[in-house]
Amino acid sequence: MHKEAAIREPLILGDKNYHDITADVVGPIENKAPKAWYVLITIAGLIALWGLGCVVYLISTGIGVWGLNKTVGWAWDITNFVWWVGIGHAGTLISAVLLLFRQKWRMAINRSAEAMTIFAVMMAALFPGIHMGRIWLAYWVLPLPNMFGSLWVNFNSPLLWDVFAISTYFSVSLVFWYIGLIPDFATIRDRMTNKTSKKIYGLLSFGWSGKAKQWTRFEEVSLVLAGLATPLVFSVHSIVSMDFATSVIPGWHTTIFPPYFVSGAVFSGFAMVLTLLLIMRKVMKLENYITIKHVEYMNIVIIVTGSIVGVAYITELFISWYSGVEYESYAFINRFSGPYFWAYWAMMTCNVVSPQLFWFKKIRTSLMATFALSIVVNIGMWFERFVIIVTSLHRDYVPSSWSMFYPTWVDIGIFIGTIGIFFTLFLLFARFFPVLALNELKTILKVSGEKYKREDH
Amino acid sequence: MFDDDHRLLEAAGDLVGQGIRVKEVYSPFPIHGLDPVIGIKRTRMAVVSFMFGLTGLSLALLGMWYFMIQDWPMNIGGKPSFSLLENVPSFIPVTFEFTVLCAAHGMAITYMLRNGTLPGMPAVNPDPRTTDDKFVMEITSEENPTMTSEGLTSMLKGVGAIEINEKEIAVK
Repeated sequence: MHKEAAIREPLILGDKNYHDITADVVGPIENKAPKAWYVLITIAGLIALWGLGCVVYLISTGIGVWGLNKTVGWAWDITNFVWWVGIGHAGTLISAVLLLFRQKWRMAINRSAEAMTIFAVMMAALFPGIHMGRIWLAYWVLPLPNMFGSLWVNFNSPLLWDVFAISTYFSVSLVFWYIGLIPDFATIRDRMTNKTSKKIYGLLSFGWSGKAKQWTRFEEVSLVLAGLATPLVFSVHSIVSMDFATSVIPGWHTTIFPPYFVSGAVFSGFAMVLTLLLIMRKVMKLENYITIKHVEYMNIVIIVTGSIVGVAYITELFISWYSGVEYESYAFINRFSGPYFWAYWAMMTCNVVSPQLFWFKKIRTSLMATFALSIVVNIGMWFERFVIIVTSLHRDYVPSSWSMFYPTWVDIGIFIGTIGIFFTLFLLFARFFPVLALNELKTILKVSGEKYKREDH
Repeated sequence: MFDDDHRLLEAAGDLVGQGIRVKEVYSPFPIHGLDPVIGIKRTRMAVVSFMFGLTGLSLALLGMWYFMIQDWPMNIGGKPSFSLLENVPSFIPVTFEFTVLCAAHGMAITYMLRNGTLPGMPAVNPDPRTTDDKFVMEITSEENPTMTSEGLTSMLKGVGAIEINEKEIAVK
């Protein structure tokens, strides 16, 4: 049997046995939803509808309703795209990278983090889609035989790499998530007494029976998928960063972008996981599974990735001066002292200064502080993308074409709308899906459960 | 039926040691170390994934060679466009993504088929509690013709089973 040092804090608190885990996680699905859930989903749903309305208006009128102009051709749309993709990264990191490193604490959070990944990538994919203007021609990104003599898509272009990266990332994450869900759906199926829900969960569980051979394959498949998803997650945000880095725009054309974007993505993703889980553990009474220790581990990841991001910002500044390229230097001088200086300093404060507070144990184990800082980090990371995209574009090589970007209500409406859609989807997930990976938690109960640890020593 | 994974594991070891063949074990989570005891071979899912990955890799390179080199070479920013080898650096990202796509989905589909878990398939676990906190070991008389049912029952009791159910299953 696997043993764990007594000095490690237990990951499952309280006097739990296998049945309690099932009951604690499946209970909220069987019972009636609390009032707060209805209130929240109504608010989120209304915002989502508003966002969809804005998208319809945008598509039927044209991209001109955004605040873009001929100098600033990319602004909130791509900012939101990168922000959402970045948020998605934490889910894969938790489920794949931590699985490879055999970090047991991932088991309490991986299911909901992966759900978050999938919903966030859906929101991200919306933006390049609607930015095309004629979204009905979106299939042109695929290498399909066509009537222009079969003019193929350009495989040298990072924008096309992105198409492949995002679609692979989305579909592989979805499969990884669903394969983990199948045995848990079977647990719900076998517990349900209501005929309709039994049938639905039966369908969702694909007839899983928990045979020994099935479990062997399950573990192998999870491990291989984790092995595939790990380089995948690094490649996705690297490729997103190459949308910028392979261009010749000062402020974008830097080799530091791929690692800098990946750590920024993990940083913002963990912040979003914390925002969601801190509420979820409270509302669904999962304090025994998502413990303070889990929160602390996540905060440590935030310090590490936040510091990497901070080093990247400073390196960028140094290199812009050291390069001796005046356009490059100006891009950065303009960032911190130009008309968008407030966005730059908001980014610096939120991303570089605020996560350093987690060095204090009091702060990183305090739920309120963590919640507040997780929102600060998310705001900071949004500003980071805004700063990179808009400040680099708005003053280009020719001063006569310098201009400013001001968002219109449609820009704002769609961004807020995606947050609404995201929360609607997450609330539906929390209501009807097993939010913790039941089968995985049961495997660590005897090793890391509080009761079992106490009995051992 | 057992109520503890370790007890089942020990029991399986004991029974197999006495020449009993265990047909199947149903459990709510994987029991590590059980497979060699009841004679389950290592799964070849990883090999499957590797094969699909190789297929994806070759397809991606073949496709890009055809689109960008063979069928319609284009001058894009002066990048090389007349040989696959020269152009391959900018083909790496798509090659990698497509390899992962094929490896992951190919393996996932194979996994579903081999496991018999597809939408609409019936579940065959003998007791609904096996997806919650109970562990069931299935032993058939066909595989163990020398044992009497009473003998088996007392043996199972001896190794700590909490519940023993005997069922006549129609032989197909």
